Amino acid sequence: MPDRKSSSHAGRGLTAFLLSAPALLGLLLFVLLPFLLAAALSLTNLRLGSPLPLEWMGLEQYRRILHDPTFRHALLNNLLFVVTVVPVQTVLALALAVLLNQRLGAIAWFRVLFFMPVVFPLSLVAVIWVLIFAPGPDGPMNALLELISFGAWTPRDFLHDEQLALSAIMLTSIWQGTGFQMVVILAGLQAISAELNEAATIDGAGCWQRFWFVTLPQLRNTLIFVVLVTTILAFRLFDQVQIMTQGGPHDATTTVMFEAVQTAFSRQQIGRGAAMTVVMFLVVLLLSLLQRRIARQQREVS
Amino acid sequence: MKRLLTPLTYLCLLLCGLLFISPVGFLLIGSLKPDDLVLVESGGWRALWPTSASLENYRDVFTRVDFTRYLLNSLFINGMILGTGLLVNSIAGYSFARLPWRGRGLLFNLVLAVMIIPLEAIAVPLFYIVSLLGWRDTYLVQILPFIANAFSIYLFYTYFIGLPRELEEAARIDGAGVVRTFIDIIVPNAKPVFASVAILTFLTQWGAFLWPLLVTSSEAVRPLPLAIATFHGLPPLRWGDLFAFGVMMVLPILSVFLLFQRLFVRGVAATGIKG
Repeated sequence: MPDRKSSSHAGRGLTAFLLSAPALLGLLLFVLLPFLLAAALSLTNLRLGSPLPLEWMGLEQYRRILHDPTFRHALLNNLLFVVTVVPVQTVLALALAVLLNQRLGAIAWFRVLFFMPVVFPLSLVAVIWVLIFAPGPDGPMNALLELISFGAWTPRDFLHDEQLALSAIMLTSIWQGTGFQMVVILAGLQAISAELNEAATIDGAGCWQRFWFVTLPQLRNTLIFVVLVTTILAFRLFDQVQIMTQGGPHDATTTVMFEAVQTAFSRQQIGRGAAMTVVMFLVVLLLSLLQRRIARQQREVS
Repeated sequence: MKRLLTPLTYLCLLLCGLLFISPVGFLLIGSLKPDDLVLVESGGWRALWPTSASLENYRDVFTRVDFTRYLLNSLFINGMILGTGLLVNSIAGYSFARLPWRGRGLLFNLVLAVMIIPLEAIAVPLFYIVSLLGWRDTYLVQILPFIANAFSIYLFYTYFIGLPRELEEAARIDGAGVVRTFIDIIVPNAKPVFASVAILTFLTQWGAFLWPLLVTSSEAVRPLPLAIATFHGLPPLRWGDLFAFGVMMVLPILSVFLLFQRLFVRGVAATGIKG
């Protein structure tokens, strides 16, 4: 009898492991293995269809890309994207979330409205905004700017203008992404207890005071999360660039991911392309660790 | 917060909302107009007014490209990822949350660690691997790598961990095995998490662009997001046709969204919980 029991116990353990096996195998083959391979390939000169022998290069690829003006420009563009899009989008999403955090019938429709672009595939969004940024006075963006500047605006060709192209891509991304952040922040708002707000009101706090001293501190971890996710997305920026500008004009809109794809696929330099994606991953990793650290500190304080 | 919503802020919100959503209106209205009118009328209020409406652009899309094929490709690829993904990730989440086995803690930490690796970071070597395997330009290569998903496992795990243990104990006393218990007891009690994971998967996969761009070269297996980019580059550039393509491409996910908005919002909000 004890024998049978222990064998059925072992059987359960085996079944339990087998249940997770397909998922583990998938993650191993399609995430972990390529990830380790990315690190390994970045230390070689691997090229597809090249007659040159495979060579171990150590950190040479990293030295080269960090001295490559185009790649540096790409990194800079990603950084510019982060320092502009992240604050603008977060503030916008926060404002919308606070305004829409009510239980009125009509308000629910506003939520649907602002969330709608999130379900649009980025490639479709990019195509729509190519037309919005059309050159000439008929282009919607030109027409809008002319209207609100009372005719002072002279039409520009946004996507072929070195000074404006990156901003155009930023605006496109903000339009698509704000709804996502808004919903996450709304969930954070709804987790704040009503008693806290009531207590503050009884203490004589006004609207703004409640926002600064009750809502914002309570939202801290949500906001850190939202900022982190948007920052990571900014470093992965690719679809809009590929469709709207192809990295141009004169590398004005190129990004790390766009350069990696150009290098690895158009120029077949797998080793060098892998090094670029590793740099991107290191940035993402650093930011994630930073977020965890900040969020943990907060928990210890409170 | 009632004072925040005075008629003035309400009006402001309404105007902002209309401006914000105007690209969607522009897309829909533009898809009904003759090609040459779309750009000409795009600079004013007429951009959002159907000055002349017909379904001609929609017909043109079908004569210029094989839209049906792209749609079926996208539906098939997404359906397969969704169906197998829900199965594979839910049983893994259950196994990690509820069943004792050796190495469980270590492997679960591995799943958590893998969660922060974005597709972009591994696209180059993954492309190299599938090229060596001769998998390029197939459905398989667009499905298989996306079935197992660390974040889905994590969402299932956190949900199953919160279910009361008594549910399973009763089943176990009745002599039900692990698999039976999962199917009969756990799944019926975990509909919200299945819905959240399904919606998040659909949301991220329906727009997949980078990976199909790298691994597909023939129209036979090309999904919609890539097809619209190719159509955009296909001369002559006709905005009416392009917008009709766009409307038809977003319709499946938009209708699912409008039908299940609450689930969408809850699914997306679930991503923020770990923060």
